[in-house]
Amino acid sequence: MKALLTASNPVSEFVTSLWTPLFVGIFIAIVLYALWPRNKATFDAASKMPLRED
Amino acid sequence: MTQGEAGLGALSAVSAFVFVFVAAKAADGAFAFHAALFAVFSLWACFAIFNRYFSRAAALPPQEINGRPNYNFGPIKFSAAIAMFWGIAGFLVGLIIALQLAFPVLNFDLPWISFGRLRPLHTSAVIFAFGGNVLIASSFYVVQKSCRVRLAGDLAPWFVVLGYNFFILIAGTGYLLGVTQGKEYAEPEWYADLWLTVVWVVYLLVFLITVIKRKEPHIFVANWFFLAFIVTIAVLHLGNNPGLPVSLLGSKSYIAWGGVQDAMFQWWYGHNAVGFFLTAGFLAIMYYFVPKRADRPIYSYRLSIIHFWALIFLYIWAGPHHLHYTALPDWAQTLGMTFSIMLWMPSWGGMINGLLTLSGAWDKLRTDPVLRMLVVSVAFYGMSTFEGPMMSIKVVNSLSHYTDWTIGHVHSGALGWVGFVSFGALYCLVPWLWNKKQLYSLKLVNWHFWISTLGIVLYISAMWVSGIMQGLMWRAYTALGFLEYSFIETVEAMHPFYVTRALGGALFLIGSLIMAYNLWMTVRVGEEEVASPVALQPAE
Repeated sequence: MKALLTASNPVSEFVTSLWTPLFVGIFIAIVLYALWPRNKATFDAASKMPLRED
Repeated sequence: MTQGEAGLGALSAVSAFVFVFVAAKAADGAFAFHAALFAVFSLWACFAIFNRYFSRAAALPPQEINGRPNYNFGPIKFSAAIAMFWGIAGFLVGLIIALQLAFPVLNFDLPWISFGRLRPLHTSAVIFAFGGNVLIASSFYVVQKSCRVRLAGDLAPWFVVLGYNFFILIAGTGYLLGVTQGKEYAEPEWYADLWLTVVWVVYLLVFLITVIKRKEPHIFVANWFFLAFIVTIAVLHLGNNPGLPVSLLGSKSYIAWGGVQDAMFQWWYGHNAVGFFLTAGFLAIMYYFVPKRADRPIYSYRLSIIHFWALIFLYIWAGPHHLHYTALPDWAQTLGMTFSIMLWMPSWGGMINGLLTLSGAWDKLRTDPVLRMLVVSVAFYGMSTFEGPMMSIKVVNSLSHYTDWTIGHVHSGALGWVGFVSFGALYCLVPWLWNKKQLYSLKLVNWHFWISTLGIVLYISAMWVSGIMQGLMWRAYTALGFLEYSFIETVEAMHPFYVTRALGGALFLIGSLIMAYNLWMTVRVGEEEVASPVALQPAE
């Protein structure tokens, strides 16, 4: 466990060096997905989901 | 007989025997008592499984009837009903400890009902027993409805609801007997933690498999929030609870990490319990029940996606704000504070989305007290998620920390947001589950709403005044540089506010009793919904 928590192994080196751009990139992709015009129809339908009767 | 029935039946029979031996060999009385409870529960489970097998039809219930999903409401009914019971119990214990603070003689010098043992009983009863059952009930309901498919598993959903409530029983009786690992909101000892892990994994599987076999191509946003809640609580539970039992036959254990590492893990856990249990889970309820009740689509589905992911990315870092001015490294404190302030945005994104869902339907607030309860809960969510980030700022925290201001903040979120959104969800769910046209009485909902709202206002304003006064008294110096007040003088000054707070709590309890009566009468004498075999129309 200690080896994982110190900065001298490949796992934590990768995490500490790249997680910021990685997470920012993922988040930007999510925002693009949410705002993409072609997805509007899906989202409009989904926003009415609770009102649907079956 | 299915494999599940045979396996679980055999397993519970074996465990009944094992726990009789464990109870006989136990190192301490509380552990013996809990082992005996496990034995009784196993025996009952074994009996119930075989009894159910012999009384059920040969074939399992069909997935669909006439092309429509055959929803599984049994475990949801149980969870909804027992949530009401635990809610009243939790509010009552809260009132008792509020009175103990105002009048310490009410501790009666008895260890079992002293403030120190009743306080975790109160917090666990309202958060995990009441809130947890509301979340299990609403998640099992919403996932079926929004995926248009029957809940996964035959015995598994029952295992989740019964197993979870058995965990509550073990945890609660443990507190009264003095069994605790001393971690706030994670008090249950190692064996209760292990049991909860098993139950929670089954909960995750039931939910996930239901989502996987859905008939809808899109996964509705409420299911994202529920899934985030279930997955994160699993991770938090495993992260915060590793410990070494002193004996496998005793209740006491020692936690794996020590000192400031333990403190950091504890508040990473503690604050994300707020973020994912009390926020993500109940936001899922908001995203299904508010549109349904208002009969309006979600204001912005895009906003719901963005604020969901912003919440997920930010919340997990906010915990260190519970440890300002402690041995935790300064940079970690500042990190916690910064992420807490950034949380303003996703929190208010959710609030705005919930409130604006009412656009075009605001007039319903006049006529529908259930919708009013749901909307006021979202307003309280906005208020407490404004207050929280403000209190996480280090200079503000230097005044507010360790004072009643924190208690006021917590209760504006717990009573106003979590309490009211849960009440709203239960008021919707009970007629739907028991196939009733409408609630027994909307007038009684109105009474519940106003009495409880008055209670919350009394509670939080008393704690704000008391907390800020307490903080200012602690830091007051005389002209000569001595502390102006002794500690006991601050305690004395808080007495009137403690009495006011207890009054507020009493009103909140009375409101919940009115609710229980209303729900009971809805189930007993409510008019049956006849048009459809599955009631879908909320009461108008």
